[in-house]
Amino acid sequence: MSNNMRKNIIFFIPTFSFVALFVIYPIVYTFILSFESENAYTLNNYFKVLSESNPLYMLIVKNIALSPPWGALLHNIVWVLIHAPVTIILSLVISYMIKYYYIKGSSLIKALLFLGMVIPPVIGGLIIRFMFDENIGIIPKIMRLLSLDVILRIPELSKTWMNYPSLALFSLILGSIWLWLGFCITIISAGIETIPQSHIEVAKVFGASSFKILFKVIVPELKTVILTVFVLTILWDLKLFDIVYASTGGGPGGSSTVLALIMYQYFIYASRYGGYGRSAAVAVILTIITLIPASIYIYRSLKRS
Amino acid sequence: MKIAVHHIKWMNIFLNILIWGFAVLWILPFIGIFMTSVLPYRDVILYGWLRIPFDISLSNYITVLTDPLYDLAQGYKNSLIVASIGTIIPIFLAALTAYGFTYFNFTSKTLLFGLILFMMTVPQQLVVIPLFKLYIDIEKTFGIHLIDSLMGISLLHSAWGIPWLIFFFRNYFSLIPKSITDAAKVDGASELTTFFRIILPIAIPGVIAGSVIQFTWVWNDLFYALIFLISPDKYVITREVLNIKGEYHVDWGLLTAGSIIAMTLPLIVYTLFNKYFVKGIVGWGVKA
Repeated sequence: MSNNMRKNIIFFIPTFSFVALFVIYPIVYTFILSFESENAYTLNNYFKVLSESNPLYMLIVKNIALSPPWGALLHNIVWVLIHAPVTIILSLVISYMIKYYYIKGSSLIKALLFLGMVIPPVIGGLIIRFMFDENIGIIPKIMRLLSLDVILRIPELSKTWMNYPSLALFSLILGSIWLWLGFCITIISAGIETIPQSHIEVAKVFGASSFKILFKVIVPELKTVILTVFVLTILWDLKLFDIVYASTGGGPGGSSTVLALIMYQYFIYASRYGGYGRSAAVAVILTIITLIPASIYIYRSLKRS
Repeated sequence: MKIAVHHIKWMNIFLNILIWGFAVLWILPFIGIFMTSVLPYRDVILYGWLRIPFDISLSNYITVLTDPLYDLAQGYKNSLIVASIGTIIPIFLAALTAYGFTYFNFTSKTLLFGLILFMMTVPQQLVVIPLFKLYIDIEKTFGIHLIDSLMGISLLHSAWGIPWLIFFFRNYFSLIPKSITDAAKVDGASELTTFFRIILPIAIPGVIAGSVIQFTWVWNDLFYALIFLISPDKYVITREVLNIKGEYHVDWGLLTAGSIIAMTLPLIVYTLFNKYFVKGIVGWGVKA
């Protein structure tokens, strides 16, 4: 047995020593760095980054106004609050329609909707900027066509959204729905395939409407799949970087920053002037927040195995 | 009865139009950047891009690929190198370890697997500072170039891909009937032989699915490239495209051409390996 074990250790040693050097050691060291300031170990870095009031580095705004900047942490939370429910409800409805109605070329539709997940997120960010551009983008044009800028009394709606603090964040959130929807549809469609057809038939015999079938039969049966998609969506929202960096860079005036971007900005500052503590502190804060959804994911995966 | 049938028919036509309209709306941005990349920019501003293109020109593509100011060709090459190394190493190591997780029993197994899952969910931002310092120190003391080198970033991508690939392969291997490995062991095959001669050949579809997704993720990454690649001749494609976007003025003709070039490879991979790609994504999500 022990001889066997010694032979079989070859399955683990190369992989884990590699991962230990490139992932585990850096994680531990980042935690240590986040407490280090002026050669002492304190919570100073955390106090400083959390109380920072410069909009370009701010995590939480002190006096909340109607329009961003609200600070990266709150931007991430707003992002989750809008993005997660909208994408999941939209993908439930679409997956249901594709599965239970005769839609021509449904697999092609799924393949097209999935494209947002295939392309580099940087390019996704650039395309979002393109769509919201006043001169060539289609969304400001539609707003002008429908006179929504006049009706809603938001003249920026027909301009380049990313030039205005009131709209930059929301244009990115809308764009992220476009990018991420295909992922949710793919997972939820795969889940719907596992529901026995008979369950739907029974509901139909009892005269249930499509709406009722979707929310009273399908959603309860897909509970675990929906929870998984929910967790993965929140994780994606919290870790966002490329899209924001490529399209607005967090601007204008810090009105569309996110946590990962603030970490990067502190990093760039430190790589010039030294002192990585604050960058590390933001990375740790980001990690702790992601651990809330991540722990659900980890727990459920461990229980299954 | 007749009315009901008619009703269903019209309902279906309506739903088809609705869903197809939605799908067209969803790919409209892709059409937009494609048209902008092949049309004269002045015309796009004046007449928009939603029209039949008569005067197609590839000049934007030629400029971003050959002009030394942009040099996307170099970025493309660099991305190919990084994504290839960053796929081959982790696929091999993760498959090996996933075999261990599937077929061996040992005391700290759950703990180790929990660690793997934790590493799957951690943000990239948590590892870069120490590695940046480490790479610089290695360069200073041993003269080995890891900072600003394609090898350095490929190694990081490899390590970063291992946790999710272990998770993915473990799910895949656990679907292979135990009787197959048992038969091999009766014949006196060692674990390594069983892995290489029996499990790996059976798991080829899983290996393809894992490779396809890992390759795309490495290709698509920007964050590590921003931190670890410094000189322009080392830039990968995602980084290179951002250079086209000027500080104040955006030349959308060049930028859309660059964007299209940067997404060609992921799109080709996705089209060729569509089934594997989707299976991989589903395996990653639903199994959790």
